Amino acid sequence: MLTKRLIACLDVQNGRTVKGTNFVNLRDAGDPVALAARYAQEGIDELVLLDITATVEKRRTLIELVRNVAREVNIPFTVGGGIGAVADVEALLLSGADKVSLNSSVLREPGLIDALARRFGSQCIVVAVDARQTNAAATGPADEAWEVYTHGGRQPAGREAVAWCREAAERGAGELLLTSMSHDGTRDGYALGLTRAVAAAVGVPVVASGGAGAAPHFRDVLALGGADAALAASVFHFGDLSVARLKTYLLGEGVAMRPVG
Amino acid sequence: MVAVVNYQGGNVQSVLFALERLGVEAVLTDDAQVLRAADKVLFPGEGEASSAMAALRAAGLHEVLPTLTQPFLGICLGMQLLGRRSDEGPAGGTELLGMLPFEVVRFTPPDAAHKVPHMGWNNLHDLQGPLFAGLPGAPVANTGAPGAADYVYFVHSYYAPVGDYTIAQASYPAGVPFSAGVRHRNFYGMQFHVEKSGPVGEQILRNFLTGDLL
Repeated sequence: MLTKRLIACLDVQNGRTVKGTNFVNLRDAGDPVALAARYAQEGIDELVLLDITATVEKRRTLIELVRNVAREVNIPFTVGGGIGAVADVEALLLSGADKVSLNSSVLREPGLIDALARRFGSQCIVVAVDARQTNAAATGPADEAWEVYTHGGRQPAGREAVAWCREAAERGAGELLLTSMSHDGTRDGYALGLTRAVAAAVGVPVVASGGAGAAPHFRDVLALGGADAALAASVFHFGDLSVARLKTYLLGEGVAMRPVG
Repeated sequence: MVAVVNYQGGNVQSVLFALERLGVEAVLTDDAQVLRAADKVLFPGEGEASSAMAALRAAGLHEVLPTLTQPFLGICLGMQLLGRRSDEGPAGGTELLGMLPFEVVRFTPPDAAHKVPHMGWNNLHDLQGPLFAGLPGAPVANTGAPGAADYVYFVHSYYAPVGDYTIAQASYPAGVPFSAGVRHRNFYGMQFHVEKSGPVGEQILRNFLTGDLL
């Protein structure tokens, strides 16, 4: 049967991974290509490269990086971070990226989703949605209010999260990468209420992101939150949780997983 | 010589890189003479059926490809294009290349938990023939569950139903099989991304490159 996916996210700046890692036996943890290959070998199901470079050199270095990752790695990967033009999407796909993730650009111009899906097919167009809970005092998932934010969670986009996810899917996004800014970095677990609301509202796969700290968090968001995939960064990078151990745990909990080895 | 069909419709680069990882330098071409002379031909495809067919027609490849006689492997949309007709496309459908008799239809999810595209790793079953020999990965002991060797990566919203031509099946939703692999004479097709399916995909590709498939 179709399995749930585990996705490792690499933050990249000027062609180097930004957040440190303590993988043993990895000569250069700052090399995204080596890190990506290592994760693929360990049994991760997919990768996301999130480019946070803010220079004019960005496009060239990112395309070079995508080519190098595609050359080395034999599993699918998505590229995101400041991508806004049709020409950029085309260049990244032609360089070997499997999917491209868009965030601020499609909030500014939602019609871009339709145009990209028509041109390249929905299967490679991911819309990333960063949401922040605006009523922390909510008594339960049904009362939660979630707003879309941009600029790393600093600027409100003036849209309600579930409605924007629904619109993005209807316009042709083939997948949603849903990050709770309220949970990101807490390591207290994913935003279950938000993930469940979005998964119920759209007909495309939903990747949950933000809050992973321990194995049960993955079980909760995949089994209860209705997510099709769970993304994490630091919990993998710092070796707190190996992919193999996590998959063994999830299989034991009855979550469909591609076994390792 | 291994040829990869060059047209505006595929993630050609990923297939070239996958071949490179196996030590094979392939020729990317839309030249009929070069395609006819190749020992093996790979036909990647991604995106939407009617635009892919339009690109093939523009290059005259819609007439060349069906006449090829060496082992030929369509991947993802490249597999679907080997069929007779697809429901995908404006005007209610698209005529395809017609090397195989199937008609491509869209997944109709039975409930909100089943998403389209069918995206991610799913296990193959009912495998037939040399392409699936020696897949790496241990079966899960004593569970009867699929093991690592059975999983490959899919991304698609349309599929070919199971028929006489099916050489591998996968199921979506669980218990509802579709064609994950097809064959008629020299024409093979894989619905999943062989080039992105880890060591299992690499072995299938290696089997295609080295096997006696006619």
